[in-house]
Amino acid sequence: MNDGSRIKRQEARGIKKSSRLLNKETGAEFKNITTHSKEILIWNKKIECMKSKDMRALQSARLIELVNRVYDHVPFYRKKMNDLGVKPGDIQSIDDITKLPFTCKSDLRDNYPFNLFAVPMKEIVRIHASSGTTGKPTTVGYTKNDIENWREVVARCLTMAGIGKDDIMQISYGYGLFTGGMGVHYGAETVGCTVIPISGGNTRRQLQLMSDFNSTVLACTPSYALHLADALSENGYSLKDMKLKTGVFGAEPWTENMRHELEKKWGIQAFDIYGLSEIMGPGVANDCKCHAGLHVHEDHFFPEIVHPDTKESLPDGQEGELVFTTLTKEGIPLLRYNTRDLSTLNREPCLCGRTTVRMKKITGRSDDMLIIRGVNLFPSQIEHVLLEMGETSAHYMLYVDRENNLDTLELKVELDDSKLTDTIRDLQNLSRRIEHSLNSAIGLHVKVTLVQPKTIARSEGKAVRVVDNRKKE
Amino acid sequence: MTIRQLAVFLENKTGYLNQVLAVLAKYNINIIALTVADTSDFGILRAIVSDPEKALDVLREDGFSVRIQDVFSIEMDAAPGTMSRILDLFTAADICIEYVYAFSFGSKSILILRTDNTKKSVEVIIANNLKSISEADLK
Repeated sequence: MNDGSRIKRQEARGIKKSSRLLNKETGAEFKNITTHSKEILIWNKKIECMKSKDMRALQSARLIELVNRVYDHVPFYRKKMNDLGVKPGDIQSIDDITKLPFTCKSDLRDNYPFNLFAVPMKEIVRIHASSGTTGKPTTVGYTKNDIENWREVVARCLTMAGIGKDDIMQISYGYGLFTGGMGVHYGAETVGCTVIPISGGNTRRQLQLMSDFNSTVLACTPSYALHLADALSENGYSLKDMKLKTGVFGAEPWTENMRHELEKKWGIQAFDIYGLSEIMGPGVANDCKCHAGLHVHEDHFFPEIVHPDTKESLPDGQEGELVFTTLTKEGIPLLRYNTRDLSTLNREPCLCGRTTVRMKKITGRSDDMLIIRGVNLFPSQIEHVLLEMGETSAHYMLYVDRENNLDTLELKVELDDSKLTDTIRDLQNLSRRIEHSLNSAIGLHVKVTLVQPKTIARSEGKAVRVVDNRKKE
Repeated sequence: MTIRQLAVFLENKTGYLNQVLAVLAKYNINIIALTVADTSDFGILRAIVSDPEKALDVLREDGFSVRIQDVFSIEMDAAPGTMSRILDLFTAADICIEYVYAFSFGSKSILILRTDNTKKSVEVIIANNLKSISEADLK
């Protein structure tokens, strides 16, 4: 009897059993294995090197359990499935996943704050949130098991990057409602790192502690890592003062060229950690030392690629929108959540020995969402703030740029004729008020420039609201 | 006691001021006084012109953001210390000056003044018997 069928049988007994089993599964296996003459550490060899057939069996069992659970406990999904004429009994294996409805970001917004939660609030032990498209954040909740699974997947990611007990990890992702800081933190403690939870910002202190505490790993957005590298010399440091050897970068798309630049500037190996709060946070996927795509933790997050227009499933190797089903999530389980990130899937076993499916590094999206310093931003959020204030026209253009490797935002907005006065102060106060409102709504600093009415190009059809001047590496 | 002043929003772009001036020239509108207040992002042009209403119309027509306000116009002696004495009167009444500029018209020296308290300013002007200029005086 192989492992897969054992798991399948046990899982079929229900969620309580399956969550206990999960904890057993995660029983930190930290063994050296030798593959292709390279010594590579794998956190959970049983799962990460599982035969494809066994993985499908595990995924099938988990999907069946998940579908029954959301049908019973989430009215939104019961209605969606009923509308499509799908009953939980129609889902017999992972191959039936295409019968299930999609979920998109607006569904989370429409069900703000807790209507997609599948468990009573007393089971939820943590809330995270990200800014939403109309001023309301999208909210996610985690049960104890969710947090345990999150630890586990981040531990797998960090192990892929060769990080372990001997490492001192400086976590410069933001801590708080954003999933980045705490998500990586728990996984780093799990693999036994010494964690420095410094959070984002304060460049000088980042460098001082990196030097004084001998940090060996830096976890932050790739753009912040570049910014820190460029700030070394002006703060009186050189690479000789640092012990950094690994970078775990994510929360925004970045290219292979950016990886080479970061590796050169810091003298490190740079790894890409992928994730999104709707699915879990950081740790959904990560690249190993082969840097040949990101290993998806597909026992927890089942990936699909769909056509951006028709939403039909696409075969491996073809590019489309990346969709995830959270196979084990209890707090806010999602069926076929469309990330709108563009990627491809590759199921060939990796040279590192892992058999988990790999997704291509994300470099683009199928919608107009911008990622600014790791924060998701839709141009419509800007519009919403302007309309709500009602002090300018709603004609605006957002200019995104990168100065010293940090993203900058400038908003040009047309002055409303009736708001013009003969004093400078009134106009300066107006731009400051707009800056303040934007800052509280989207959590980003936006420089506001008032421009002459009717000078922002009107376009026929879909309005062009964003000029992204960040260099395409 | 007051005259109408034109205020035009100026984007911080090369040649922008020229465009405003070109429109005024085209419609034969005379500029009697002009000042530009600037910040790093934008400026406001303030001007006393021969025909403020027409200027407003033609500039709006050309897409500029324009307004007309009333500002105090006080005639001064062309002698050292006059302006200082006038402003002292406002300070003594605890009135803040928002902005001020001065120009000569024929033999007259004229002070344009905008304060944070119009009602109190009028009282100061009347109580101190300050001489003011009307638009008709500038024809």
